[in-house]
Amino acid sequence: MSDKTTMRQPLDEVPPPAVAPLDPRLLVREEGLKGYLTEFKRKLKGGELGSLPVILALVIIWTIFQLKDSLFLSSANMVNICYFMAGTGMLAVGLVFVLLLGEIDLSVASVSGLAAAVFASLSVTHNINAWVAVVLTVLTGIAIGAIHGFFFAKIGVPAFVVTLAGFLGWTGLMQWLLRGTGSLTIQDKGLLHVLGQRSFFMNQSIAGAYILATLGVGALLVGSLIDQSRRRSAGVPFRPTGEILVRTVALAVVAYVAAYVLNKSAGVPNALVIFLATLVICDFVLRRTTFGRKIFAVGGSIEAARRAGINVAMIRIVVFAISGGFAAIGGLFLAGQTYTATLQAGTGNLLMLAIAAAVIGGTSLFGGRGNVWSALLGMLVIQSIQTGLDLLNMDQSIQYMITGAVLLAAVVVDSVSRRTQRSSGRA
Amino acid sequence: MSATPVLALRGVSKRFGAVQALTDVELEVHAGEVVALVGDNGAGKSTLVKTIAGVHPVDEGVIEWEGRPVHINRPQDAQGLGIATVYQDLALCDNLDVVGNLYLGRELLRYGSLDEVTMEKRSRELLNTLSIRIPSVRIPIASLSGGQRQVVAIARALIGEPKVVILDEPTAALGVEQTAQVLDLVERLRERRLGVILISHNMADVTAVADTVHVLRLGKNNGAFPVKGTTNEQIIAAITGATDNAVTRRLARNAEATQ
Ligand SMILES: Nc1ncnc2c1ncn2[C@@H]1O[C@H](COP(=O)(O)OP(=O)(O)OP(=O)(O)O)[C@@H](O)[C@H]1O
Ligand SMILES: [Mg+2]
Repeated sequence: MSDKTTMRQPLDEVPPPAVAPLDPRLLVREEGLKGYLTEFKRKLKGGELGSLPVILALVIIWTIFQLKDSLFLSSANMVNICYFMAGTGMLAVGLVFVLLLGEIDLSVASVSGLAAAVFASLSVTHNINAWVAVVLTVLTGIAIGAIHGFFFAKIGVPAFVVTLAGFLGWTGLMQWLLRGTGSLTIQDKGLLHVLGQRSFFMNQSIAGAYILATLGVGALLVGSLIDQSRRRSAGVPFRPTGEILVRTVALAVVAYVAAYVLNKSAGVPNALVIFLATLVICDFVLRRTTFGRKIFAVGGSIEAARRAGINVAMIRIVVFAISGGFAAIGGLFLAGQTYTATLQAGTGNLLMLAIAAAVIGGTSLFGGRGNVWSALLGMLVIQSIQTGLDLLNMDQSIQYMITGAVLLAAVVVDSVSRRTQRSSGRA
Repeated sequence: MSATPVLALRGVSKRFGAVQALTDVELEVHAGEVVALVGDNGAGKSTLVKTIAGVHPVDEGVIEWEGRPVHINRPQDAQGLGIATVYQDLALCDNLDVVGNLYLGRELLRYGSLDEVTMEKRSRELLNTLSIRIPSVRIPIASLSGGQRQVVAIARALIGEPKVVILDEPTAALGVEQTAQVLDLVERLRERRLGVILISHNMADVTAVADTVHVLRLGKNNGAFPVKGTTNEQIIAAITGATDNAVTRRLARNAEATQ
């Protein structure tokens, strides 16, 4: 036993160093631009593609459509893209939550169609106040999602089967609500007025777009600097000021150019403003709250999450409820585009577009990896394709085929990058 | 040593379908005591740990906490009592980083949102005391080596204020230096008057830090020995059952009587 005691030293004789010496094998980024470049190359090889494939895809798509039709990059068309992407985008936001669990919700499109019908029948047929009807509609979506979540989490039915059943069932309920007339006209008031095609931030004032851009850029800069100073005083690694400036400038360029372009036409659609605000809130929830952390944990390892004391069933039910809620909100956005609730709402390729948007933007189908900004990036790609094909008067058959191909491409990129990350130890 | 054990198992049994994994198991852990749990592969050690930790509830028998019977049906119940567990299969989330895993389920908050800075600072300090080198506490667990993951799992058990710490083969994947640190840590836990259950196949580790050795064989108690005055051969005989005769049984009985 004495050989053991000589091997071990009491802790007080070896005080732990205040700052751990860096592992010499850890690749630390070199200073300056060259350092960024080498790190960038290393990340690419390791499958950490980030937003790069999406941005590349966006550039290619915009170039092709611009060559085919010079109106594509016009201010009016950009306003169009921004306006129309918000509705499907809301569905994609809800899907991001579900995908982070490693599950899928196939009912979002039909729930969105049902939501439009519910809203119309409440506000038109039953004459309920437009704002109250909005709240009731969203609550309906949340309840529907919670039902899906219950069957999945408590009964143990696979999520894709539950939501596939929901897909059919809720479409049926929508048709039943619209029986006879086949469509209901929604009044241009309340939230639906704000979501309309002619509703712009600050009444089309030039200042509106720039105020939004400044808000975003300022929030990023101030937030980064506060974080940096807290980390510095706590003695943990922090982002160098140079890097913060580069990121801020990059966002500023994108934001102000977007503001300028949108202002050349009518400004920022209110639907887009709500969509962006939703993304900011959801991003905060996912990355900065215990609830968000639990979602990632369940998506990473159900058993580890359970043993850490997380109520896995509850998280699952809440996440599906969130997805249902966003599907209903998205349904109101889509209804606001035409001020009608029709039998066609939520049909066609809407579900595929929403899933594709989330996955294209970089949220993994395999759970545990992704963020809500992927809904924005993915929707930019999807809506650009939709709008571009519309401009070129492409037949719907062609649109379906292209949507299918784009979804497949996104999933392939996701699968390949997951495999590469596995082999380089990052998944 | 206090009179009432902080944790006691009375006649605990556990079945998995046709497998009777545990039969009438008795175990006592006092504050400030290190209990080693040894036994061959498949003896039921991890199963015992999981019943205490609430991963799967007991079929029969009673778990007593500070003298009172308690029901541990979920991991939350065990955590609520003050039982921290390092599982043999580690149970970490591959997609979360080291800080995220360490604080999973116990995140520190600041104005209602996650206090990443403080969590990161404390994580680094905690890992330093275990003298493990981890490239960065911000990389996903997936990119760590087996031993590094094991240390993260051990560190995880020390966050919060446990009264009993259960370590299921904590040094299985560790190097010489890290093993020594973990054994040091076990001794520090004893000094802080925590109860420790240590599972290990390494007799040297067991005899170095444990006060009592409980042997499990085919899901049943097969003797409890005070480390002082017991030879490795006696323990090994109880583990393998090779010399399962009157002499060893008598020794085991005596050991239990003197406890
Ligand atoms: N979830 C389970 N389902 C069915 N049988 C199980 C389960 N977990 C354990 N067992 C069985 O219970 C018995 C005890 O297993 P346990 O993991 O507790 O052994 P152990 O003592 O920890 O072994 P080792 O030293 O190899 O870790 C084994 O026969 C095993 O097959
Ligand atoms: Mg085991």
